[in-house]
This record gives sequence, C-alpha cells and structure tokens, in this order.
Amino acid sequence: MPEIRVTPLGAGQDVGRSCILVSIGGKNVMLDCGMHMGYNDDRRFPDFSYITRNGRLTDFLDCVIISHFHLDHCGALPYFSEMVGYDGPIYMTHPTQAICPILLEDYRKIAVDKKGEANFFTSQMIKDCMKKVVAVRLHQTVQVDEELQIKAYYAGHVLGAAMFQIKVGSESVVYTGDYNMTPDRHLGAAWIDKCRPNLLITESTYATTIRDSKRCRERDFLKKVHETVERGGKVLIPVFALGRAQELCILLETFWERMNLKAPIYFSTGLTEKANHYYKLFITWTNQKIRKTFVQRNMFEFKHIKAFDRAFADNPGPMVVFATPGMLHAGQSLQIFRKWAGNEKNMVIMPGYCVQGTVGHKILSGQRKLEMEGRQVLEIRMQVEYIQGLLPDAKKPRLLHGTLIMKDSNFRLVSSEQALKELGLAEHQLRFTCRVHLHDSRKEQETAARVYSHLKSLLKDHCVQHLPDGSVTVESILIQAAAHSEDPGTKVLLVSWTYQDEELGSYLTSLLKKGLPPAPSGGS
Amino acid sequence: MAAHLKKRVYEEFTKVVQQQEEITTKKLRLTKPSKSAALHIDLCKATSPADALQYLLQFARKPVEAESVEGVVRILLEHYYKENDPSVRLKIASLLGLLSKTAGFSPDCIMDDAINILQNEKSHQVLAQLLDTLLAIGTKLSENQAIQMRLVDVACKHLTDTSHGVRNKCLQLLGNLGSLEKSGTKDAEGLAIRDVQKIIGDYFSDQDPRVRTAAIKAMLQLHERGLKLHQTIYNQACKLLSDDYEQVRSAAVQLIWVVSQLYPESIVPIPSSNEEIRLVDDAFGKICHMVSDGSWVVRVQAAKLLGSMEQVSSHFLEQTLDKKLMSDLRRKRTAHERAKELYSSGEFSSGRKWGDDAPKEEVDTGAVNLIQSGACGAFVHGLEDEMYEVRIAAVEALCMLAQSSSSFAEKCLDFLVDMFNDEIEEVRLQSIHTMRKISNNITLREDQLDTILGVLEDSSRDIREALHELLCCANVSTKEGIHLALVELLKNLTKYPTDRDSIWKCLKFLGSRHPTLVLPLVPELLSTHPFFDTAEPDMDDPAYIAVLVLIFNAAKSCPTMPALFSDHTFRHYAYLRDSLSHLVPALRLSGRKLVSSAVSPNITPHEDPSHQFLQQSLERVYSLQHLDPQGTQELLEFTIRDLQRLGELQSELAGVADFSAAYLRCQLLLIKALQEKLWNVAAPLYLKQSDLASAAAKQIMEETYKMEFMYSGVENKQVVIIHHMRLQAKALQLIVTARTTRGVDLLFGMCEKFLQEVDFFQRCFIADLPHLQDSFVDKLLDLMPRLITSKPAEVVKILQTMLRQSTFLHLPLPEQIHKASATIIEPAGESDNPLRFTSGLVVALDVDATLEHVQDPQSTVKVQVLYPDGQAQMIHPKPADFRNPGPGRHRLITQVYLSHTAWTEPCQVEVRLLLAYNSNSRIPKSPWMEGGEISAQAETSIEGTIPFSKPVKVYIMPKPTRR
Repeated sequence: MPEIRVTPLGAGQDVGRSCILVSIGGKNVMLDCGMHMGYNDDRRFPDFSYITRNGRLTDFLDCVIISHFHLDHCGALPYFSEMVGYDGPIYMTHPTQAICPILLEDYRKIAVDKKGEANFFTSQMIKDCMKKVVAVRLHQTVQVDEELQIKAYYAGHVLGAAMFQIKVGSESVVYTGDYNMTPDRHLGAAWIDKCRPNLLITESTYATTIRDSKRCRERDFLKKVHETVERGGKVLIPVFALGRAQELCILLETFWERMNLKAPIYFSTGLTEKANHYYKLFITWTNQKIRKTFVQRNMFEFKHIKAFDRAFADNPGPMVVFATPGMLHAGQSLQIFRKWAGNEKNMVIMPGYCVQGTVGHKILSGQRKLEMEGRQVLEIRMQVEYIQGLLPDAKKPRLLHGTLIMKDSNFRLVSSEQALKELGLAEHQLRFTCRVHLHDSRKEQETAARVYSHLKSLLKDHCVQHLPDGSVTVESILIQAAAHSEDPGTKVLLVSWTYQDEELGSYLTSLLKKGLPPAPSGGS
Repeated sequence: MAAHLKKRVYEEFTKVVQQQEEITTKKLRLTKPSKSAALHIDLCKATSPADALQYLLQFARKPVEAESVEGVVRILLEHYYKENDPSVRLKIASLLGLLSKTAGFSPDCIMDDAINILQNEKSHQVLAQLLDTLLAIGTKLSENQAIQMRLVDVACKHLTDTSHGVRNKCLQLLGNLGSLEKSGTKDAEGLAIRDVQKIIGDYFSDQDPRVRTAAIKAMLQLHERGLKLHQTIYNQACKLLSDDYEQVRSAAVQLIWVVSQLYPESIVPIPSSNEEIRLVDDAFGKICHMVSDGSWVVRVQAAKLLGSMEQVSSHFLEQTLDKKLMSDLRRKRTAHERAKELYSSGEFSSGRKWGDDAPKEEVDTGAVNLIQSGACGAFVHGLEDEMYEVRIAAVEALCMLAQSSSSFAEKCLDFLVDMFNDEIEEVRLQSIHTMRKISNNITLREDQLDTILGVLEDSSRDIREALHELLCCANVSTKEGIHLALVELLKNLTKYPTDRDSIWKCLKFLGSRHPTLVLPLVPELLSTHPFFDTAEPDMDDPAYIAVLVLIFNAAKSCPTMPALFSDHTFRHYAYLRDSLSHLVPALRLSGRKLVSSAVSPNITPHEDPSHQFLQQSLERVYSLQHLDPQGTQELLEFTIRDLQRLGELQSELAGVADFSAAYLRCQLLLIKALQEKLWNVAAPLYLKQSDLASAAAKQIMEETYKMEFMYSGVENKQVVIIHHMRLQAKALQLIVTARTTRGVDLLFGMCEKFLQEVDFFQRCFIADLPHLQDSFVDKLLDLMPRLITSKPAEVVKILQTMLRQSTFLHLPLPEQIHKASATIIEPAGESDNPLRFTSGLVVALDVDATLEHVQDPQSTVKVQVLYPDGQAQMIHPKPADFRNPGPGRHRLITQVYLSHTAWTEPCQVEVRLLLAYNSNSRIPKSPWMEGGEISAQAETSIEGTIPFSKPVKVYIMPKPTRR
C-alpha cells in the first residue's frame, strides 16, 4: 500500500497559518496557504523552504488547493507563488476566487501602507497570483493530471468555503478546511457524500465544545438590539467586513422586516459594499431560504440597511450601525464609539473576540474609563454587551481538547494523549528557534557563561540555569552558543522555545539582539 | 364489418382528414366486436415496429368496454407472439395489465398465456413489464389461493434474474401476493408454501440498491396486508440503516419503525456490551440517529416517524433534547464518579441508565462512540436542520410526543420557544400551533412568556393570530405574567389595530382562566384610587375595552372583584354586555339592577326555553295538516318569522332555525303556487298569470340547493326531504310549462327528463323510501308504470292532482347544523381612492375573508367579481390560499386579478364569495370513468353557485394606455 504522508507547515497545534503538505500516491498537494495573524516576523508565513531545500516548488508540487478566502487559509498565497515562486495550478471555488484578492489587497495595504513594512508582496503580485487560479464548481471532478483528481464539496462556514477530496488511484484524502455543520442565516450546512477516504484531515478547534442553541443566541442578540432601539438609543456593532458581518445583516434585516421596525440600520462603506456584491452574485452558495426566495427578492438587496455616512452619527433618534474594524482599535468604529460612549441609552455589541490591548478588549473586561490619545479620558456610560458564541469565528488560541480518530471505520472522540498512544506516535513538540549573531571572539563556553550571567541579572523572577553541557536554560527556553563557521569572531546564539512560551521567548530574543553588556573588568 | 364501414367512411371523407378519424371512432364504438377488430386491422397494417407502437398508443387512449376486453386481449397476445421488437412487446404487456384491471372482466383466462410468454421472453424490460401485468392480474384475483401461489412461484423463479428491474418486480409481486398464513392449506399440486418473508429478507443484501429498496418495500407491503413480520427482520433492517443509498435508508427507517411497533417490549442486546434494552427504545435511538443523516429525505422521514413512537421510555425521550454525550469528553475521563453524580442529579448521558447494571470495569474513553450516540440531541439537531422540511417534521414530532408525555412537554418548551424565531414563517407558525396543542400540559414561566410575547410584533397576521390562540389556552403562573401579556397585547393593538377582535377574544380567555391572578391587578388596570375619583376612560377606546374584557371575564368566577369597580365601570359593563355579548359574560352583581337576564350556562340545550320554543313551533306546523289553506299560509308565515327572529337572537340555534325556516318557506311557496287560479282556467288564456307559479318553482329550487349545500351537518334523512321538495318544484315547473306553452316537442323532452329524475331519486334514496309514506314521490312511484307509457299531457294531469294531494313531510332536525357564512375582511370597501391601472393589464386585489362552517372550501368556495357592465368573473382560488385556523373555520387569503378595457371615470366593481355546488356528485360513478381524465372534469364541474357573503364594492379605474 502506497503511503500517505502529511506534513503540517502550520495549523498543526496552533490556530492560523493553515498549510498542510500531503503526499499521496507519488503526488504532492499543498492544502491551503495561510498566514498567521499573531506574528509580524518570518513566522507570519509558512516555511516554504522546508518543502524543497533548493529546488523549484513548481517541480515538486502538483497543485495547491485553497479551501476558503479567510486570510489564515490564503494569506500567504502571493508570497508563495510570486516571491518564493510557484507556477502550477491553484484550485479554489468561484466565490473564493472573487473575494480572495479583495482581502489580500486589504491586508497588503494595512501591512505596507499603515505599518510601513518593506519586502512585502505588491498589488501586481496579487494580480499575477490570481492568474494562476483555476476555479472549480461544487461536485465537479477536476482531473489535475492523469492520476490526480480533486472534487469540492460544500462546507458552509463562509461564502465559497469548500471541502476537498483528493484522489490518486484508489487512495484518497478528504480535507475539510473550516466547516459548519449547523446552517446559519446565510449559509447552509456542510455536506459530503460517503466517499470513504483513507485519511481525513479535519478542523477540530471546537471539536469538543457544546454550542448553545443557535436560536437562543440569535434571540438574545435581537432582543438587546430591539430594546435599545425602542428606548431611542443607538446601537454600534463593530464588525470585520466579511463573513459573519453578512450574517448579522441578514439577521437584522429579516427581523426589521418581520417586526415592522422603522429605525435605520447603516453599514459602513468600502470593502463591505464590494463583498455584498459578491454575496448577491453567488446566491447558489447560500442557504435554503435565500436560495428559494431570491426570485422575489435577493436577501442581500437590503431594504432596511443603508450605506453609512460620517454625518449620520450625529443624527438624533435610534439607529443601528455596523462599522469596521471589529475590535474597536481604529477607524470608523472607534470614531463612532467615541461619539456615543457618553450616553447610557446607547449600546455597543461586540460580536467577536478582541485582542488584548484594543479598546474592544478593555471595555469588555469592564473598564469604564479609557485614556485616549492626547490625555483625554473617555468615560463610558453606554452599555457594553458581548455575544459570545453567536460568532464562533474568533480565532483565539486554545488548547486542543480532543482528537477525532477513525478506528474500525468508526469515528471516536478521544483525548490527544490517548490518540497518540493508540496510534503509536510520539507527541510532536512545536518549537521556535532563532539565531542571534554576537560579536565575541572568545570561546563558546565563555560566551555562554556571559549570556548566563547577563540573563541572571536581568530576569530575577525566572529560573535561569547553566547546564553542564554549556547551554543556558530560562524556564523551558534553551540557549546554545556556537562558533560561526566562517567568521571565528562571531558567535551564533541558538534560542529555542516552545509554542506555549512565545511571550518569554520573543522577549529573550529581543534582549539578546541588543547585545551583551561589555565584558566585566577582568577581560583584556 | 368494421372494415367495410371504415372503407365507406374513407370514401366519403377523403378530403377532410381530421374529421374522418373522429367519425370512424364514433361509429365503430356502436358495434360490439369492432374494438378488437379495428385493433387487429391496425396492427396488421403496421409496417414497422414504430408504426405498431403508434397504433397501440392511440388505442390505449380510449376506453374499452368490459365485454370486448377478452377479444382485444386475444388479438394482443397473438401479435405478441409474432412481434420481434421488444418495445412493441413491452407496450402490449403493459396494455394487458391495464386491460386486466377493467371492471367486470375476469383475467384468469389470460393468466396462463401471460405466464407462458414470460417463460420464453428474453428482454429484461419486457419481463419486468409482464411481471407487472401478473401483479395486476393477481391483485384482481386476490381471492383465488391457487393462482396466488402460482404467481408467487413464478416470481420466485425470476428472482435470480440479472436485471434489477425484473428482481424489483418479483419482489413487488411477492409483497403484494405472498401468502399471509404460513400454515395455509397444503396444495395438492405440491406447490410448497414458501416462507415469503425469508425470501424477501434474503434480498436485503442484494447488490443493487434499487432491489434492496424494493425488498424493504415488499416487506412493508406484507405488513400492510396484515402479515406479522418476524422480529429477526429487525437486525437485518438495522444494518440497512448505514446503506450508501438514501432510498434504502429511508425505507429501512420505515421498516424499523414498523417492527418497533410490533414488538415494543422485546428485549434486544446492545452490541459490545452485555446489556439489553427494550426494542422500542433501541429502535428509537436508531431512528433518532437518522435525524442527522446525510440526506434530507431520510431526515424528514426519521423526524416524522419519531412522533409516533409513544411507547418509548421517558428517559430516552428526554435525551433527545440533550446533546451532552456527544461532546463531553472531559466528563468521560473520570467516567465513574462523574456518572454517579449525573445519575443522582437526574441527568442522562448515554443510552443506558448509569448505575443500575452498568459494566463494572473502567469505562474506556475510546468506547464513547460518536456514531452510536443514539437518541442524544436528535431533536436539537432536527430543529436546527438546514432544510425547513426537516424542521417542520421535527416540530410536528415534538408536538405528538409532548401530547403523550407531560414531563417531556415541560422540557421541550424552551426548544419550541426558540423555534418562534425561525427564519421561515411556516416553521414559526407550526411551532406556535404545536405549543397551543400542548399548552394544557404546561405552565409558562415568565421569561418564556416574555419571549413568546415578543412575537406579537410580527408583521404577519397569521403569526399574530396563532399567537393569540395560543395565549387563549396558555397557563400563566404569576400576576406579573398576566400584566406583561396584557401590556404586550395592548402594544400589539396600537401597532396593528385590525387585530382588535382577535385580541379581545384572547383576553377573554386569559381573564377567565386566571381570575385569581387578575384580582390583584384590578385597581392598577382600572386606575382607581382609594381616595380620589379618577377620570372616566373613553368607552370607545379599543384598549380600554380590552382591559375591561379581561377584568369582567375574571370577575365571573371571582365574586369579590366587582367590589373594586367604580361606578362608571358598572355602566360600562352594562353597555359592553349589550354590545359585545359574546365577549362579556353575565355577572352576578349584588344590589345592582343591572343584572342581566341571560341564561345561566348550566342549562343544557334541550331544557333551554328557546330550543323548546323552536321545537314547539315546528310541531305546531307539522300537526296542523288539515287547516284551511288560508290558515295554513298564515301559520307558516308566522312561524317563519318567529324562526328567523329566533335565529338572530340565539346564535347557537341560528343554524337549525334558518334551516327549518327555509324548508317552511319552500312549503309556503308551493302552497301559494298551487292556489293560483290558473289551474282552473283553460291554459292558453293565462300565459302571463303563470309568472308567479314559475317564479315560485324557481325559488323553491334555489332554496333547496341552499339547504343542501350551505349547511354543514346535514344528514341523509334531511337530504331525502330536500330532494323530495326539489322534485315537487320540478313537477310544478313541468305543469306550468305544459299549461303555458304550445307544441308537444318541448314538453316531450321535459317529461322524459322529469321521469329520469324520479328514477334517479328512487335509485339514490331507495333505503329511505319507507319514510316517505303518503308523500308526493310515494304516490308517484306507485303510478310510475302508468306514467312511462302515457302521453305528456296525461302525465301533467296526473302530476297536478298528485301535487295537490300530497302531504307535507316532516323535516327531522339534524343534531348539529350550521349555516355556512363568509365575511370579507379585505377589501373593506371604504376607500375613495380608486385602484388605478392601465387597461388591458391586470391589477391584483388582495382578498381576505373568513369562512365558517364550509365543508371542503378548497373546491367549493369561489370569488366572483361583477363589473359595472354586468360582466361577471368567477375566480377559483388556489387550494393553498385556504388556511384552517380552527375546527369549522377557514380563512381565505388570496389575490384576485382584475382587468378591463379603459373607462372614462372610476367605478365600483363588486366582489363576493360564492359557494359552488354540484348535485350530481351523489351519483355513483360509472366504473369506466375511474381514474380517467373525464371523471376529473366531471367532479370539478359546477352545477350552480350560491352567493354567501355580502358583496364588497371596490373602486377601480382602468386608465387608457398612454402611447
């Protein structure tokens, strides 16, 4: 039996940067090509150099498959195809093909224009990359070459999300990407036929979580909005432009329609308008209700939801505003928030997870006074609500609960340790390593000792040890010193830390990069 | 002979090809053997198989009489043997099957031939068709055991065929004809009686999914025919649940359900453990699992069947609302202690009860199998399904199960409330109805009530009214709940003023159900103050009336409440008691003169004085048979007047009173008509005088149609009397015509028709004839032989004397009778703004009407539009436009399309509802018509219509087209 080899280049143990390499029947397929939101360094993108040490990617990979347009599944695509260099086919569904470049461009703008990063992919690269895309339809069997065939199935989750079956001869792999088994207001449930794969690669972030009843959550949200509007208050819903925002729009739109409400709903313009256009277009990808009624009226032709204008925020009377970005860290949503925060009749509803340090995170953790730039203090009188679970999209890192394994052609849900034991595998430790160059002409042991004493003096709260073999450990972080192969005057410090110790690890690295303090007086 | 005829016809009509065919068929039908002969000729003429097929197809379109079937069959068989083309043979085989179904034809003679040709047939398709034919024959001859056995034998032989179609048909045959008793009489010919179940069961594992499906269906067919299925089938069927094909799974779910109903208490082992559970519980778990099947067809099927599994144990039932097992890995890790806690806290986490006889060894984490999680969360999944069909099925099942188990009803409440927020209106409506049906079992908590009341703002009228109905029979636990409900209802009233009646009615029931909860709210609701007089509220305010309706209905069973009323409240009570007597009950108000004299409710209808009055007045009429004509007329007139007034006063007697009055009116008209002077004078002189008599005849006819079709609850006894009256009216008409027209031709036809009617009457009501002693028809039937032979003039003379001599028949009153009525709510007919539209195009007019006591409104209720130019249009509403909010009530919400040529100024059109009837529907259908297109037309044909709603005027203005 030919073996199937799976190499996760990302998303193995953490969330984000999905990129999985599968070798099946002599064919190499790359599943997704995502980026990691949490890093701004090289770890942002998968390490493509791992695939072929020096050879061309095009020679090695038979195809690339993108499951959906979220950046953690497609964000590294232009980098991969244009900067690293790949000219083979990239398969994705039509909606993904349409929406993906919009998101990539948006991401590029933020990275280059706002953060001023150099060496990033350009707009032209996005365009060139999209030229390599081959669009597939649902249930269409695409013959990549004589042996390799792929087939897409509906996955829910976001518009155009798909699960893929990859088949070579009698061997097959199913890759689910992110998928939803419960339909929501705008998308249906994932479906696949009994294809009996040899291997199933599935998303399992929420595998062991019991969701609340979907309707319960929706009702809660609607009730909050409705009550505030009836009181005459204004509701601010900070959202990200795509995906769940549309679901909330549909939810409010139908509720307004049903309940005959008159208060205006606004949606901040820009990216969203473009995206809404695609939602209108790809009606076959939506759920039963929208598909059946679009002949009378396309549900995305909102009747009650209008485009927002900056001046509207000062209008009297109740209103609901969807504004970007979702974590209240900048832009329109923050502006509106500052205007409305003082009135206790108003309400802000945070529909998703907020990263630490953002205004969204602060207000959710109960802070009632915010220091804004220019030493202003903003007192928050408006109500702050959080609908946890309505949008399970929030990609917050969490520990793996369980593993779904296939055994005797049955699925079982077991703990990860149990799974490893049954499969006879050793647990893989995800470690990050970093090289720091130091100008130090002394011997390695001495360098290590200097590092040890330096760290010891700085990190009082941590356990710093100097091991007999010459390496230094800070908690679980390992630091080794080695001589540079070419330049004996330079020493290379190898810093390695586990995924869990990211914070301390990056701190140490930055510390070491600043260099060591001048050698104690005993020297020269 | 037929050939000869045809030849002649050809000669005559060589030019008009179309016409020629029509006429030939007509003529051929008259001669008996022609059918088969013509077919024979056609088939002989056919040069190619395609031709022959065309002839056969044409032939199949026309009916064949029972007498000529045999001949046709012979000819078909003859051709079958000669035919080489399988498609033609296929058609012949299918024709044989159709023909053998003809009523009055016994197909045993063709069975041998059919079996014979079956043995030599090579084509699989033809074989399948032949088996189908045999099935038709076998079904026809279901009494004959030997034939059945033989057919079963044939089917068994062909079961090994390679084609799935043939195996399918064989299984179908076995299912339909397989012998039911295993120990049936041993046949002398040595045909061993086969165990049909076993044979069919073997095909559960056929390689073709279609055959597997057919096998399961055959098994179900056996069950339907009354054979008790073996329990062993259960395990086989369970394996089929994981089949790859949805139709197999769907059928298997059905089969499992059937077996679970047959052996609910049997014990089955749980695989991979040493425990056992009841079969019905096991089956329930398995069907629950199918609610998350990949195919929505199977999901719908499974969800529907769950509703009818009432024997299932309660803890399995309650698991369907709980998803915990699916997920809770952490709990499983320390399974034992956790399990105990769970058990003591009354939660359930697996298919078995923890604790009693659970295995003692450590629970292996790996043993928690997702696939066999059974009943867990079945409804949670069903209610959140992607397809609304599944959701509706789940809601229905929930309703049925909750009706049989009150604890389950309590538990599923939250889920039902959640469904009020579904995106599809149909689902929301269904869940509200479901909630209403189970509301006797439950008491609503305040938070639940709050959610429910939120739906009152829904813009759909159906939803709001369903919700009002729900509140009518809901149990509320606290006074805050009542207050909340009232506030929300009043909010609803201001937002949608058209809901007024529905809201008042809802508050009436809310008040009468919760008197003790309303009591503490009274001062606040009436805004009375202990020291000060408050302003008197506006009596015409619908919201104030709503509050009063709630309070007065509560006060009915709470005697202390009136003490809290202020003076004006009593005055308002008196006013409302008069104006809205159906909403405001009679109160016993001590020391007040306002006590109304309404009947106390504990008097049964028969002791009710008004009912007695009705009886007496009717008896008076019937007993006074021999009063002088003048007196009879007067008495009838008075009685009719009395009855009409009674009907207006007592709504529950309105049906009976109107019905009786209508009958008396017919009698009165008849008597009046017979007393016309024209009868004594020579006919030609009184041409004009006859107007009154013929008008009377016409009116009687109309009244009798109304009596027959406008009342629900009319029984056969009354129908006879009504038809009798109509017959008398027809006789009267005949006599009048005879007297006023000259010439015999017309009269001849009428006479014949009348005698046919009499004959028809006799045939239809032969059983009731003994009750009609001394009546018109009784005498008529005595003289029937004489009438048939005599000339029209004589017939008329006889009829005239008989009509005068006949006695007045007593109309027995039916138990429950209600007059059909309709009210058009919309259009309201008050608008001054004409509906403008471009002439030649159409405009849609929304029509909303309530119908009461209309039977089968889908086929009888029509909308009529009358244009000012006298043009009338009848519109047939779609069956889906009718809703059934309660027993005896219907609601018609439809759109009527109006169109007209341009008018110079706006004008009014009239819209009204009609009740269509067809008195011929009582005629037993001729066998030949069965299933044909012709009969479908006959059924929908309308003999006449009765307007039964007030017309509403709509102002419209068709504008000329702009060019």
